Amino acid sequence: MDGSEGSLLTLAWVGIVGFAVFMYVLMDGFDLGIGILYPFVPREEDRDTMMNSVAPVWDFNETWLVLGGAGLFAAFPIAYAVVLPAMYLPLLVMLVALIFRGVAFEFRFKAMAQRHWWNRSFFVGSLLATFAQGVVLGSFLQGIPVEGRDFAGTMLHWLTPFSLFCGVALVFGYALLGATWLIWRTVGRLQDWCFRASRRLMGFVLVAVAVVSLWTPFLLPEIAQRWFSMPNLILLSPVPLVTAGLAVALWRALDDGRERAPFFLAMALFGLSYLGLAISLWPTLIPPSVTVWQAASPPETQVFLLVGMAFLIPSILAYTAYSYWVFRGKVTGSFGYH
Amino acid sequence: MDLDPLMLSRIQFAFTISFHILFPSFTVGLACWIALLEGLWVGTGKWIYRSLSEFWTKIFALSFGLGVVSGIVMSYQFGTNWSRWSDTVGNVLGPLIQYEVVTAFFLEAAFLGILLFGRDRVPRGIHLMAACLVALGTVLSSFWILSANSWMHTPAGFEIRDGRYFVTDWWRVVFNPSFPYRLAHMLTAMFLTTSFVVAGISAWYLLKHKHHEHARLGLGMALGMVTLLAPLQIVIGDLHGLNTLEHQPAKIAAMEGSWEGGPRAPLILFAIPDPATESNRWEIGIDGLSSLILTHDLNGSVPGLKQFPPDERPDPRLIFWTFRLMVGIGLLMLAVAVVHLVLRLRGRLYSAPWFHRILVGCMPAGFVAILAGWFTTEVGRQPWVVYGHLRTADAVTPSLTGEAALASLLTFVVAYTIIYGAGTFYLIRLLGIGPADRPPLPDPLAPYGAPEGVQWIKRPMAAADEHGRAVIEPGE
Ligand code: HDD
Ligand code: HEM
Ligand code: HEM
Repeated sequence: MDGSEGSLLTLAWVGIVGFAVFMYVLMDGFDLGIGILYPFVPREEDRDTMMNSVAPVWDFNETWLVLGGAGLFAAFPIAYAVVLPAMYLPLLVMLVALIFRGVAFEFRFKAMAQRHWWNRSFFVGSLLATFAQGVVLGSFLQGIPVEGRDFAGTMLHWLTPFSLFCGVALVFGYALLGATWLIWRTVGRLQDWCFRASRRLMGFVLVAVAVVSLWTPFLLPEIAQRWFSMPNLILLSPVPLVTAGLAVALWRALDDGRERAPFFLAMALFGLSYLGLAISLWPTLIPPSVTVWQAASPPETQVFLLVGMAFLIPSILAYTAYSYWVFRGKVTGSFGYH
Repeated sequence: MDLDPLMLSRIQFAFTISFHILFPSFTVGLACWIALLEGLWVGTGKWIYRSLSEFWTKIFALSFGLGVVSGIVMSYQFGTNWSRWSDTVGNVLGPLIQYEVVTAFFLEAAFLGILLFGRDRVPRGIHLMAACLVALGTVLSSFWILSANSWMHTPAGFEIRDGRYFVTDWWRVVFNPSFPYRLAHMLTAMFLTTSFVVAGISAWYLLKHKHHEHARLGLGMALGMVTLLAPLQIVIGDLHGLNTLEHQPAKIAAMEGSWEGGPRAPLILFAIPDPATESNRWEIGIDGLSSLILTHDLNGSVPGLKQFPPDERPDPRLIFWTFRLMVGIGLLMLAVAVVHLVLRLRGRLYSAPWFHRILVGCMPAGFVAILAGWFTTEVGRQPWVVYGHLRTADAVTPSLTGEAALASLLTFVVAYTIIYGAGTFYLIRLLGIGPADRPPLPDPLAPYGAPEGVQWIKRPMAAADEHGRAVIEPGE
């Protein structure tokens, strides 16, 4: 593990992989959230609407997960080779859960008598996939033992109170994203229900964010030092302050019955939490010991990919925007090819 | 009990990839067929093209969904079960897979939404473009993943430092020696597979006296494709085999069931290869034919398994047969093409129930041949994962325990059985319903089947939600 410290290329790759993971969290976050809210809405036709509001885009949202994984594999192969075995079981749960919720989109509309079955599959799949992702995040933060170039822990290394707590926290987080998305895209009774749900979910989310923020510094001394040593304490203080400000703004927006703002504010809340995590970890890629510089693939690999990325990522963003624009507006009744 | 994580991981990989490949095998061809139908619809304005396209789009959507979810499993397995492999070859294969994601998957996924749900929300030309881009995405996806896979068979353009692979020449990595053959053979196989499904379904409708017009159109187009591709596939397969002979002679020896090798080797039609005695039982062969096929010379010398050290030989027992199965199906496809030509020249293509029954029976042929071909390819590469360089046994995740590997394998088997069962059930039901025989709200003046001159009018955007259906008006 050599790698020159501070290479601009590696920095660019940290940016790309970080961006892909963040896009995944936002985009699949809201459609997983819709799955989590699914059984709690009062009427079956609301469930149709909920599903239709994401049916044209869910597959696309999930593709960011593949980009994050493949990006890690290409730009930081050792991280891929260490982190994935360490998360063997939670990732297994996530993959199988994603299978069951993914096929529910297609099967639910084709099923008649078994429809409730696919409803359940959509809900349980979304819930478990989210929980597993939270667990992965939590166990990643608490550190992964590495020996040579391999993961050196046991198959249950991920299993701690902290990682389980992160799993629960993410469930509330995604549910909030889902509820605010539905506020934006639906009308009437379903929308009213989502306003109420968002308010309640927000309480849980704020508590969870606070607990995770206070817990992480105790996991690794490096993180505590990062936040609580002297000029950092002041330099980094905007992060929690802006987070608090956003929370207030979201609360107000929900109170005022604004339709679009809550979703964007909820996304911003996620953005800041993500930024907070990045600050805690930088420049570690596999906590506590492996840095991004050590894990980077050689320049010839990174350059080869970067050339393509430089113009493919903007095109992807452009046609994502186009595709969301085509399906803009409120979702009512049923539409589609079913 | 002693559980071997290596063996379990291999079984799991083989199981999940075999499941995954069934869907691309079908959807790549289908996406191209849908794009063609959409083009014909936009070009001619004949309603039948549009309704046939809408019908196959539903089937496409279902298969595509299954392809996506099983594909995500594949990319994570590289890390979870084959971490040593990921670490050693990540510098080389990571970028190829990453390019697949950014050039292909995003393209497919973004325009799939528009293809499926957007007909009345975007102009007709954009809808056609979406269909073409989805098709392009599926083909690009095959391009990159097959390049990655071919590199593991015929690695090129790299150097090894400290046991890890570093690229010296990207062009040679991507266009490694076996890649052009594998890509051509696989794409042709995918188009053949789709053609046989379309032909089978159409034939079935003819037998049931349903959806006549659609069935004739589908049958005619699909069999035309088969006639074009079945002979071509045999030629490509032969070239592919010659390429393998050059780069992986041990695999060819195992496929041919040849232990001794040498000149004037027989083409073995039947045998039970037995590694314990290093010979074949119940062998029936045709003298010299194997030499003729492989070297295009009766006295040409072919490789034999005994020329390789035992720990560098693939096991011939399975691939001897999978190879014959694939070639047999290739010849069957050629026979179908010939019979079709005869019937078409006599004008009896749509009125020969016995032939339609055969076509229904042939529907799974492509899938079986593809799986058989891949088993031949992959098992024949053993014991290497990167041919001649990295052994499969050295690629597995060292921290993986047998219990965890067994748990994941069983989970995937159960999950895929449920999903696959339900998916097949819904597919069959969709096929039972069939395409719409007439446009919704037909004009009372227009005769059945919406003749030429009848055009679909796109509704204004705002009205498109309630049911997304367009109205039809005569002679616009
Ligand atoms: C519809 C499917 C289909 C059909 C009809 C055929 N094949 Fe095939 N074959 C495949 C589908 C396939 C495949 C699944 O696509 C494989 C697996 C890996 C690959 O590159 O293509 C393959 C592999 C494959 C290989 C192994 C290459 C290697 O291991 O490196 C050879 C030698 C052939 N084929 C030869 C033939 C011949 C001589 C055929 C004609 C009779 C034939 N195939 C028909
Ligand atoms: C889609 C068609 C494919 C099929 C049906 C297939 C099938 C198989 C099978 C049966 C094995 C197990 C061989 C053995 O262990 O004896 C295997 C191994 C493997 N294949 Fe493929 N394969 C396919 C494509 C690919 C592709 C595209 C890649 C990579 C880009 C790939 C990567 C591997 C790897 C890494 C192994 C090693 C693990 C092992 O040996 O079990 N395969 N494959
Ligand atoms: C081990 C090897 C493989 C991996 C890791 C893999 C990975 C994936 C993934 C992640 C997806 C979902 C993409 C999305 O989100 O839209 C996918 C779909 C697809 N894959 Fe694979 N794949 C493998 C083997 C293959 C092979 C051998 C082929 C073809 C020769 C293939 C062709 C496709 C195509 C065309 C699609 C999109 C269409 C569909 O989903 O039906 N893949 N693959």
